[in-house]
Amino acid sequence: MILKIVVLAKQVPDTRNVGKDAMTPEGTVNRSALPAIFNPEDLNALEQALRLKDLNPGSTVTMLTMGPPRAADIIREGLFRGADNGYLLTDRAFAGADTLATSYALATAIKKIGQPDIIIGGRQAIDGDTAQVGPQVAEKLGLTQITYAEEILKCENGRITVRRHIDGGVETVEGPLPIVITVNGSAAPCRPRNAKLVMKYKKALVPLEMPAEGLPYAEEYKNKPYLTLNQWSTADIDADLQQCGLSGSPTKVKSVENIVFQAKESKTLTASDQDIDNLMKELLANHTIG
Amino acid sequence: MNNVFVYCEIEGTKVAEVSQELLTKGRKLANQLGVSLEAICAGYNIKGKVESQVLPFGVDKLHLFDAEGLFPYTSKPHTSILVNLFKQEKPQICLMGATVIGRDLGPRVSSALTSGLTADCTALEIGPHDDKKAGVHYDNLLYQIRPAFGGNIVATIVNPEHRPQMATVRSGVMKMEVLDPNYKGEVIVHDVAKFVPDTDYVVKVIERHVEAAKNNLKGAPIIVAGGYGVGSREGFGLLYDLAKELHAEVGASRAAVDAGFCEHDMQIGQTGVTVRPKVYIACGISGAIQHIAGMKESGIIISVNSDPNAPINTIADYVITGTVEEVLPKMIKYYKANSK
Ligand SMILES: Cc1cc2nc3c(=O)[nH]c(=O)nc-3n(C[C@H](O)[C@H](O)[C@H](O)COP(=O)(O)OP(=O)(O)OC[C@H]3O[C@@H](n4cnc5c(N)ncnc54)[C@H](O)[C@@H]3O)c2cc1C
Ligand SMILES: Nc1ncnc2c1ncn2[C@@H]1O[C@H](COP(=O)(O)O)[C@@H](O)[C@H]1O
Repeated sequence: MILKIVVLAKQVPDTRNVGKDAMTPEGTVNRSALPAIFNPEDLNALEQALRLKDLNPGSTVTMLTMGPPRAADIIREGLFRGADNGYLLTDRAFAGADTLATSYALATAIKKIGQPDIIIGGRQAIDGDTAQVGPQVAEKLGLTQITYAEEILKCENGRITVRRHIDGGVETVEGPLPIVITVNGSAAPCRPRNAKLVMKYKKALVPLEMPAEGLPYAEEYKNKPYLTLNQWSTADIDADLQQCGLSGSPTKVKSVENIVFQAKESKTLTASDQDIDNLMKELLANHTIG
Repeated sequence: MNNVFVYCEIEGTKVAEVSQELLTKGRKLANQLGVSLEAICAGYNIKGKVESQVLPFGVDKLHLFDAEGLFPYTSKPHTSILVNLFKQEKPQICLMGATVIGRDLGPRVSSALTSGLTADCTALEIGPHDDKKAGVHYDNLLYQIRPAFGGNIVATIVNPEHRPQMATVRSGVMKMEVLDPNYKGEVIVHDVAKFVPDTDYVVKVIERHVEAAKNNLKGAPIIVAGGYGVGSREGFGLLYDLAKELHAEVGASRAAVDAGFCEHDMQIGQTGVTVRPKVYIACGISGAIQHIAGMKESGIIISVNSDPNAPINTIADYVITGTVEEVLPKMIKYYKANSK
């Protein structure tokens, strides 16, 4: 069957490689010191989407991301690997969104794109580690969901079968389309970029990335409409501003602290027989062990 | 109205430990706020089987939903139960485990009620809050405290205006304590059909494998944990030898798990289990913030590390500077020699 698939993907700071300079002396995060990457589990999600497309010729994969203009990288990365098109939601009014405001914006954009058969995202984003946006998008669209997916096993006759991770095991579930699926990091890794697609899309830009003085190859952009990526503001998706960004976010950050562990008074020992012997005697004597 | 609610997760007829930990915490929060503690159990054939696992934690009211189709868990029916119950009961706080189920259910419920949700909290407190911009003062908000940004900072989150204030907490983070084995709480058996429309039962569970945890890290009084410095799967053999002598469990850092030295379910830390043993012996573990987050409540910490400046040494009670290969056999030898 021909499927319309939307992939939710986010550009995130690479919190896995936090170096010494990532934190300012005041204990805040120095975002500029962290490279922006494609959220890892969103790549697993993209792979599942592309596999469905391979199995169901004529299907389309649409990237959807919300972020600053440079998050257009996410759409390009998707196109390089086999997605068909993409949308960047970008607007100052989206800024400061918690997961509820984010899911409102994404769900509103999805309605505007037109109801897909499958909306697929990562289980969680590594900057927040919340795993909330997927289920919240599902709720807002009135759809059911399958979270922690490891593999899509089957998709036919309007039903989808998925193997998913659960606490202490795995389960296989079946649900109706349309549906929201979030994919776990234990799913198959994403295929690499396709050289032909990189050639085709490497110059693709959203309007906000285009220099004010005009593009050097303006003619090319006229002839190849796929080089101009879709960019939507709050107005473009008829969003209710009350539900966007900071004002649409019930959770507020009250304070942020750097982690300081109370250093303990510690006894230092060497690996000598004498030291270890004494340690064991001490621990046994005070019933710490034994 | 305005009470503290805990959603209890149930595997068959067994209430999850994380839920009992949250009931313990919920009782304390309810006392501080001067309100009742209420629990929700939804499953199949659970009536008569779950009450004794829930009420002793000081639960004043247990909402029981028993129907075929509520076990195994699927998203929509459980969401409808919580959303519809909360519309009636208007809780001020709702807690659930940061488990696969809690993280599937919590966000849906919070979206339906437009209440905020904070995932993976490591501490929950009650306190005041001033919204300086709006010039509004709030008393008795739930401080939802969690690591953020890959565990490098701790953030305190509040939801001043929206109810319930929802939070998920990982297993092992909160202590579990029975309040009174004979605590008298009321049990209300609800008519599930009034809460869950038939159209909610759309996802079918075809097959399911759940294995009981292979280790008992959470309950172990002594843990021998290995890190990347252990060097290999064979190297972990030494840890098992020591653990056998001490009647301890073996745990690991993420680097050791990632390197394939041991099983994934042995990981201790922010993205693994949280432990609070009497004795924690860290072998070849550097002490990254995310690891420490899961073991810092240990009674006595012993670090075996070839680097005298490893960060873990700052929180250790005993620092042994040396290699795992050299130190562990000696620990075994002198434990045997002295324990006789
Ligand atoms: C979002 C996020 C979540 C994370 N969650 C977790 C988590 O839950 N748990 C976790 O553990 N980590 C977690 N991490 C990873 C964490 O940041 C560290 O990378 C990890 O804990 C390091 O493991 P390690 O100490 O074993 O390895 P290393 O940092 O490589 O340290 C190895 C240590 O072994 C010592 N050593 C080397 N050789 C020997 C020897 N022969 N004998 C004795 N000592 C030796 C070295 O001096 C060093 O101190 C997380 C990271 C992120 C970004
Ligand atoms: N700004 C965003 N743009 C697109 N997708 C997002 C965004 N934020 C979150 N998502 C999707 O929701 C998933 C869960 O995110 P989170 O709830 O932040 O952990 C991610 O893996 C993405 O698939």
